[in-house]
Formats: sequence, structure tokens, C-alpha cells
Amino acid sequence: MNVPEKSYEERLAGFEARIARGEKIEPGDWMPEEYRKQLIRMIGQHAHSEIVGMLPEGKWIPHAPGFRRKLTLIAKVQDEAGHGQLLYRAAETLGKSREEMLDELLEGKAKYSNVFNYPTPTWADVGIIGWLVDGAAVVNQRMIAKGSYGPYARAMKRICFEESFHIKQGQDLLIQMVYGTEEQKQMAQDALNRWWYPTLMMLGMPDTDSPHLEKLRRWGVKVKSNDELRQEFVDLVVPQLRSVGLNPPDDDLYLNEETGHWHFTQPDYTELKRVISGDGPCNKERMDARRKAHEEGRWVRQALAVAKSKRGVPAT
Amino acid sequence: MNDTQLPIWEVFHQEKRGAPHVHVGAVHASDEEMALQMAKEQFARRLDCVNLWVVREDYVVKTNYEDPFFFARNTDKKYREVHSFPSPLKGKRRE
Repeated sequence: MNVPEKSYEERLAGFEARIARGEKIEPGDWMPEEYRKQLIRMIGQHAHSEIVGMLPEGKWIPHAPGFRRKLTLIAKVQDEAGHGQLLYRAAETLGKSREEMLDELLEGKAKYSNVFNYPTPTWADVGIIGWLVDGAAVVNQRMIAKGSYGPYARAMKRICFEESFHIKQGQDLLIQMVYGTEEQKQMAQDALNRWWYPTLMMLGMPDTDSPHLEKLRRWGVKVKSNDELRQEFVDLVVPQLRSVGLNPPDDDLYLNEETGHWHFTQPDYTELKRVISGDGPCNKERMDARRKAHEEGRWVRQALAVAKSKRGVPAT
Repeated sequence: MNDTQLPIWEVFHQEKRGAPHVHVGAVHASDEEMALQMAKEQFARRLDCVNLWVVREDYVVKTNYEDPFFFARNTDKKYREVHSFPSPLKGKRRE
């Protein structure tokens, strides 16, 4: 190979110029160590969130009201497992193995989205997760699809395509409840009341608390700031909810005619920090369930690991 | 025991007969049968698909993005391109 010798400064300038031109960075390209680390951290947390995200809804599969809802929910949960696999693979192209990331999750060293540490006591929670949580996830993921790292952006396109089904089934489920009995409508509103602020938190710490934002933007790791994403989500979802008579639990929520944006009360970011660090309502329950599933699935993985053909043997 | 780090297989997806096989991603699997099953679940669950290829990632030979010379065209090779021969028949008709 004819790879010319270059100084760090030359390489960095080339890397940043490529991103400024809107070109993607691909595996094998030179990249600053900090870019690699930030992406491994982001993609890893994203993958863990998909895997842990199966749990709050998965528990409703045996109790889904009706066969069609049950099949839909199974398909949705399967999608989340698939998203986790796609994301672990994207992170692997940066040099960290899937095994290593899974171990970190099981050992409790890895972080994942705050929002999956809240309980799902009613069927309406399944609807609200589809509508709000997957809605916020799509706002975030559409941004990542425009990000600078090729494998992550490509994975996002596929994931967003599937998430739009998640949002629609959530809306359909919840709207059916809203037009049902008074008790069902109340159940839907109650779910919104419990999930509204955790979903706002899901889009991350406020910009004033994001010290590396400028660099992450320049490197195309973030295309929009957390506060921009949060505003985009609120503007999108508030008119949708109101149109079917659901109201977010915020007395200070109004459309600012001048800016065209909805004014809303910020969530409690100390709660976000606490839940992310392991001290939320269901963190222990989620990790226990994940470890149990890992242990109970071991015999399946061991059976699968035995290659039946010579092509399974690693190349020498 | 290391039982979650299976070999990696690149996946190529053909949407319909006559279409090219397009690289769509990768799966982890211990052998080709499992790789095809995983590829089907991961990449052909919703989209139309008539054929899948899986290739062990370590058998894929790649060029280096950092090599500026590999794809460079230092000499004029326009003679290879169709546009070098604009409408050869135009105005050349012999009675």
C-alpha cells in the first residue's frame, strides 16, 4: 500500500475537512482517538438501550389484550433486539468487541437510556412507550442518520424505518383506549402523566451542561444539540396528543406565537443524573432480568457456538 | 466462557430477480446456516428479498481509504468513456 506519511495536524485537518464537506468517515479511516471513544460510548449506550428496552414492554406480551396486539408487540420487541445487534456491530467497526460491551452491561458498568428504568404497570404504558419514547428516539435517530460516521448512520436509516411502525402501533393502541370507557381514557392520561418528563429527559442533559458540544458538532457526532432535539420533539408531539384529548402534565405548556415553538417546563435533570447512574425506580429489576436471561440462554448460545461446517472455523 | 462473540458475516441482499446483491450489514453466527437464518431475521423481515449472500468478514479483501494512488487517474483515459464518442453516426449518413 502507498499510504503517505502525515503529521497529526495534517491528518486532523484532513479529517475535519472531510466532515465539513459532508462526507462520511468509514472504518479504516484515520480518526482522532477522542472521536473513536465518543462514538464507541454513544453507540454502545444506544445498543444497550435497545436491549434493556425490550424488558418494560416484553413483560406485557403474555397479557396483551387480543391476539393482534400480542403479535404486534412480539414483532416490536423483536425489532429492538435486532436494533441492538445492528448497533453492537456498528460499534465493533471502531474496535470494541460485542462480547466486551455485553460484559460491561451485565457487570453494571455500562450506561443505557434513563427511560427504561420506569415501571409499566398498565397496558396504556405500552402505547405511551410507542408514541412518546419511540417518538423521541426517532427525533434523535434521524439526527444521527445525518452524522459523520458511516456505519452508525447506515444502521440508523434501517432502525428509523422500523421505529415508524413502533410509533404508529403505540398511537393506535392509545387512541383506542382514549375512545373507550372513561376508565380506559383515564388510564391513557395517567400513563402520559408518568412518562412525559422521563421522555423529555431521555434527550439528554441541557446544552449548558454539555461541555463538548462545539467539538461534537464540528465532528458530526451530534448534528443538533439536546435542547434543539427536545424542542423538536415537544413541537411534534404536543399537537398530536392534544388532538385526541390527551394533555401533558405541564401547566406552563403553551404555543409561543412569536417563535412558533411550544413553551414547556424543563424536566428535573437531577433525577436524570440519578437514574442514569443506576438509582432509578427499576434499575435493579432491569439488570436482574437481563442477567437472568443471559444465564438461562447460555445453553442455547453454547449449542449455537458449535460450528457445523468447516466455514465456521476461523480463517487462518 | 466466550460465547457471544461469534464470527462476523457480511450480508448481501437481493431485492428482486435482476437486481444486484447489495451490502446491507453484518451478523454474528457460528456457521453459514446460522448466518443465513440471522441475515433473514435481521435484513429480510420486512423488505422484499429473493436471495441472500453471507460472506465471512475475514475473507473480504479491501482497499485502503488512506491510499491516495489506488484509484487515481494520472493519465487521460477518456478514450475508455462512452462520452468520448458523442453521436458518431450523426451527419455521417452515406447515400
